[in-house]
Amino acid sequence: MDFLRPTTLAEALAAKAERPDLVPIAGGTDVMVELNFDHRRPPGLLDLTGIAELARWSADGDVLRVGAAVPYARIVQDLGDRLPGLAMASRTVGSPQIRNRGTVGGNLGSASPAGDTHPVLIAGDAVVEVASARGARSIPADEFYLGVKRSALEPDELITAVRLAAATGPQQFAKVGTRNAMVIAVCSFAVSLHPERLRVGAAVGSAAPTPRRASAAEEFLSAELTSAGLWESREPLPDSVQRRFGELVAEAASPIDDVRGSAAYRRHALAVLARRSLGWAWREHSGGGNERCA
Amino acid sequence: MSQPVRTPTDLTSAVAGGVGESPQRPDGNLKVRGEFAYSSDLWHEDMIWGATLRSPHPHARITGVDLTEALKVPGVHAVLTHADVPGANACGVEQRDQPVLAVDVVRYQGEPVALVGADHPETARRAMERIVVDYEVLEPVVDAEAAARGECAPLHASGNVVRHVPVRRGDQSATAEVVVTGRYEVGMQDQAFLGPESGLAVPAEDGGVDLYVATQWLHVDQDQVASALGLPLEKVRLALSGVGGAFGGREDLSMQVHACMLALHTRKPVKMVYNREESFYGHVHRHPAVLHYEHGADRDGKLVYVRAKIYLDGGAYASSTAAVVANAATLGIGPYDVDNVTVDCWGVYTNNPPCGAMRGFGAVQAGFAYESQMDRLAGVLGLDPVEVRLRNAVREGSTMPTGQVIDSAAPVAELLELVRDRPLPAATGGELDLRQMPGGVSNTTHGEGVVRGVGYAVGIKNICFSEGHDDYSTARVRLEVVGGEAAALVQTAACEVGQGLVTVVQQIVRTELGVQRVSVLPMDTSIGNAGSSSASRQTYVTGGAVKSACAAVRARVLELYSRQTGTGPAEVGRLGAELRGGKLVSSHDVLADLADVLGGDAVDETAEWRHRPTEPIDPETGQGNAHVQFGFAAHRAVVDVDVELGLVKVVALDCAQDVGRALNPQAVLGQIQGGSAQGLGLAVMEEIRTKDGKVRNPSFTDYLIPTVLDVPPMGVDVLERADPHAPYGLRGVGEPPTISSTPAIVAAIRAATGLPLTRVPVRPEHITGT
Ligand SMILES: Cc1cc2nc3c(=O)[nH]c(=O)nc-3n(C[C@H](O)[C@H](O)[C@H](O)COP(=O)(O)OP(=O)(O)OC[C@H]3O[C@@H](n4cnc5c(N)ncnc54)[C@H](O)[C@@H]3O)c2cc1C
Repeated sequence: MDFLRPTTLAEALAAKAERPDLVPIAGGTDVMVELNFDHRRPPGLLDLTGIAELARWSADGDVLRVGAAVPYARIVQDLGDRLPGLAMASRTVGSPQIRNRGTVGGNLGSASPAGDTHPVLIAGDAVVEVASARGARSIPADEFYLGVKRSALEPDELITAVRLAAATGPQQFAKVGTRNAMVIAVCSFAVSLHPERLRVGAAVGSAAPTPRRASAAEEFLSAELTSAGLWESREPLPDSVQRRFGELVAEAASPIDDVRGSAAYRRHALAVLARRSLGWAWREHSGGGNERCA
Repeated sequence: MSQPVRTPTDLTSAVAGGVGESPQRPDGNLKVRGEFAYSSDLWHEDMIWGATLRSPHPHARITGVDLTEALKVPGVHAVLTHADVPGANACGVEQRDQPVLAVDVVRYQGEPVALVGADHPETARRAMERIVVDYEVLEPVVDAEAAARGECAPLHASGNVVRHVPVRRGDQSATAEVVVTGRYEVGMQDQAFLGPESGLAVPAEDGGVDLYVATQWLHVDQDQVASALGLPLEKVRLALSGVGGAFGGREDLSMQVHACMLALHTRKPVKMVYNREESFYGHVHRHPAVLHYEHGADRDGKLVYVRAKIYLDGGAYASSTAAVVANAATLGIGPYDVDNVTVDCWGVYTNNPPCGAMRGFGAVQAGFAYESQMDRLAGVLGLDPVEVRLRNAVREGSTMPTGQVIDSAAPVAELLELVRDRPLPAATGGELDLRQMPGGVSNTTHGEGVVRGVGYAVGIKNICFSEGHDDYSTARVRLEVVGGEAAALVQTAACEVGQGLVTVVQQIVRTELGVQRVSVLPMDTSIGNAGSSSASRQTYVTGGAVKSACAAVRARVLELYSRQTGTGPAEVGRLGAELRGGKLVSSHDVLADLADVLGGDAVDETAEWRHRPTEPIDPETGQGNAHVQFGFAAHRAVVDVDVELGLVKVVALDCAQDVGRALNPQAVLGQIQGGSAQGLGLAVMEEIRTKDGKVRNPSFTDYLIPTVLDVPPMGVDVLERADPHAPYGLRGVGEPPTISSTPAIVAAIRAATGLPLTRVPVRPEHITGT
């Protein structure tokens, strides 16, 4: 097996153009598991950890650009205030060791329906930046995922960054797993309030072949908040609205029965997660304090 | 041939302290720093790698095996099948019913079919892909109850019942005012040790083989390996390598014979290491169980009778099923005094993964059921769950359902009172800390849906081997002057599997011989059998052997003294001479310096030591003094349950246990904490899930074990009620806490949810009903 370690993006893209069968490796927390389990025998690995520009994040006005190879630990440490949803999701990934190595680029590259950052990227209307020797393009997060572990990435492309707006309102991420740390999502949910656009973002993970936007739930809630003037009044959300939101989120999913949980449980749990996390987000919006915590 | 490198010599380095102290274990720092040499780290110049081709089917006939293409792969040294097994193609820890390599039928998914020896693991993998095995797939037998009733095609010539143990005591048709019944299920738990099966076989000049391996019992391995290789015992020498956990999962053979076959065939050292997935197929698991119980009591909650039918799924081969059945049957009603008992326990063959020894060994499965029943009874009578247990608890002098009278301390009531009377943890509140919440850092609740529950349980376990087994250990102790100071050397074949035996053994020698310098020889088969590091027995039995060898050494030293000084043996006896602080002392005087008495002589004694004999049980009635000692532990669990999501946070898990005498209090605590954590795993997450005989989660991605955020603080009360029959009065400590932990946690979840919860592990769906 070949091992290439380019130090610039241009070099990496050239290598990928020449040999699209090279498998990129960033933190290696998915790639190495696949190799160990013998699920994959790539002819070569393209190590991205030598490329400084992929491991940086930057702010351009209100938009943050997070390099594909920025590890979760840095997102938690540096971006918790501006990208709270992404930081919360990052905090739930694996263990400290995994968060020191694992990256959003890798999460996207694997495109597992259970990846924790996906619902956050969709709810936050993130854009995935990809590049190849042919040029660069931007893919809206909810168009990136095509199927179980399949994405819109072309064989000669690399993910370079995700771009998303700094939070203008509260964000929450919650996932259900059957132990209290280091667990793969049985199902997960992200919600972002965008008061300046009078919009709500909501997405589910691990409950369909791909992470998925809960469009009906988004529209329902955005409309309710706007028509009742709640964005400005910041009054408590009616229980019925929270419940309906939960139901619509659950309806967005098309889960399966597997060894991690039943389809019925996933649907049920999503409704609960959506209702609760909306409640936390709304309390924060109403000035009830920060619902993000240790 | 030269020695392998990366053998765990550091295990045998000296520690300080005598019996009752808690010296730091020699392997502790190394393990924490990642520097300890495990069996998977073994290395030998010139070695090749062995790999195992396994059956993908739970049940199939093998209609053909073609090795041609595999043998052509460059770098392949050998491809072997059952035809190459030099001796008996049969192994098994109790019954030799399992082939070393499958012949014409495979009985479980993962059963070894062929072996490859190659210059690199990757070469071996490629060669394995080129072995063609033709299978005619057969219907798997997967229902243990149906197998017990004889409704399935027999998987072995003897039929599908490995063993049926009935226990009959008192009036078989007793009736009672209050009756509670229940059907309970226990899922298949895995030992989940972190060090995969591995070892190194080195062919020897004499035509024999030296095997370096992680195991629990060197001599039972040696026996089976020699028989499979067709070699006399002395040509098959085993040495213990670094063991990365065992919990029962290393009592059966895994790669031992395979590596030796390849080594003898290729005349090269052969290393084998399972990967994590293979490890799930490479060792036995805890028997899953279905248990039907009926408890009859009077209005005061005093038990009148207990009836139970217990079905244990042994999977494809017997392993230790027969002994597990006996435990579940004889301990099947728990530590309760009941006059009328009818228990039937069956262990059966199916095409599920083979099951055998795991910490708690049959007592765990029964414990979940009888403790659930006690809570039901308390519920029906409106009694406090501790109270109903206190009213029925056995004590010293009580009679077990087998007719055996408990003849040492049985402070069951006191253990329950100890956990009951501990202060309860404060309610979760104040500033939100997700780590304290059900769901943990995954951010599923900030308090919504969270209900607290408290539950209790107590359990009983037999310590040491039972049913008339000749249970003994062998120890050698040598005392001589080294550098002007008396120093001792101790040797046994007892496996250090992480429990801290090498530390305890040194403590015993230091205490018995009054010397500071004690070293331990590596554990191997050059000395006699020590029995298994299982059944909570090793400190008892090997500790007893070491103590006995020390006594023999002391007697020899006194003889020397007697001869040197002309003091008659009777006089020496009257002086009450002892060895202490490097001296020979009487009750009031220093008689001599030990170094002077020894001079240039070495005193070297080997002792074989047995605990008092036990009896077989009557096959019709289960009556007999089958057990040598009983261990008891009680737990109180406090849980927070998110009743809407079905997620559980165990908030506190307090334990009280009688250990007779804590030879090493720190190690005792470690056993209680570890055992409790393993019981927690079974309560809320750990299960090998199978479908039609196939394992669905052979990885730590989906076989979940508790993390530090799942295991709560534990308040532990250790009682020391000496057992006069045991060395130092000790009582085996490793297993009892695993038994009561699980039912206590489930009782607490029931208290929080009001649900019956009759199956472990409890999954979120069981709580939410979705
Ligand atoms: C113990 C453990 C626990 C885990 N827990 C979680 C968890 O809780 N939640 C979760 O979501 N995940 C979890 N994971 C999975 C994994 O850590 C994440 O998916 C992580 O984001 C992968 O990032 P990485 O940098 O390590 O990716 P890598 O393993 O390096 O790569 C993953 C995939 O992405 C591709 N890739 C990587 N970078 C790029 C790029 N720039 N352009 C194109 N393709 C790229 C690779 O080729 C590969 O296909 C866990 C893994 C382990 C081992």
